[in-house]
Amino acid sequence: MNDEDDRVFFRAEVEPLLDRLYGAALRLTRNPADAEDLVSETVAKAWANFGQLADRQAFPKWLFRILANTFISDCRHAQREPCKTFAVLDGEQPFSLFERLHQPFLLWWSNPEQELVNKLLREDIERALDSLPVDFRTVVILVEINGYSYAEVAELLGVPIGTVRSRLSRARSRLQRALWTQAQAAGLLTGAGDEAVVHE
Amino acid sequence: MSEHDRTRCEEVIGHLLHYLDGEIDAAKRAEIDRHLQECRGCYSRAEFEKALRDKIGKLGEEKAPASLRQRIKALMDAF
Repeated sequence: MNDEDDRVFFRAEVEPLLDRLYGAALRLTRNPADAEDLVSETVAKAWANFGQLADRQAFPKWLFRILANTFISDCRHAQREPCKTFAVLDGEQPFSLFERLHQPFLLWWSNPEQELVNKLLREDIERALDSLPVDFRTVVILVEINGYSYAEVAELLGVPIGTVRSRLSRARSRLQRALWTQAQAAGLLTGAGDEAVVHE
Repeated sequence: MSEHDRTRCEEVIGHLLHYLDGEIDAAKRAEIDRHLQECRGCYSRAEFEKALRDKIGKLGEEKAPASLRQRIKALMDAF
């Protein structure tokens, strides 16, 4: 049974984390209503298991772990829309935006790759991230948005650390390829490979 | 660029994302730090990857809707 001190601590910790919890949930589920459900389910589970948390300083990370686990578990059971596209391991080539854009012989103040990053809007990055298969998207979110280590992600997902590394590497490659395609479609670039130019 | 330099750059590029993730040991990190101070190409690449990951990191910054705040408050009131 949780006592009043626990209740006060729990509320005081959860409220300031709601924006970040919702942000992570929205990136995972890609849908505001599902994100709200996921956060709500996470908070309910956290309270039900609060007695198992030994180190209260670890509360934020513990809460995000419950969020990610709940999402993954829901995906496995429900096969809802954001979960359908598991990554197909094929022989795709690594893709690097930097290699496509960098022009080593330009004058030092010209920096096309940095210009492209500056032009990318939040919605461009969101669309590229959302286009990734769920298992790739999840590792990017856990590492780059939530700041988990590879070992923590491996434990959380129940996969070897080498799998985390390889998923992350493939995910980043696909994300950069998606950004390249979007940038071309938006007319931010012309040409390809060494001839690509970033437009104003 | 000499063959030796090219090999060095390839090695650094191979480790660069793990370096930026803070997932390499201290000795390798120091080696890459040194290389990035000397090699303009690898330095530019590291800066580019850092800028891109900063933009991705910002995707977690959302404002929880009022409906969610009310729902969580009601949930916690019932605990």
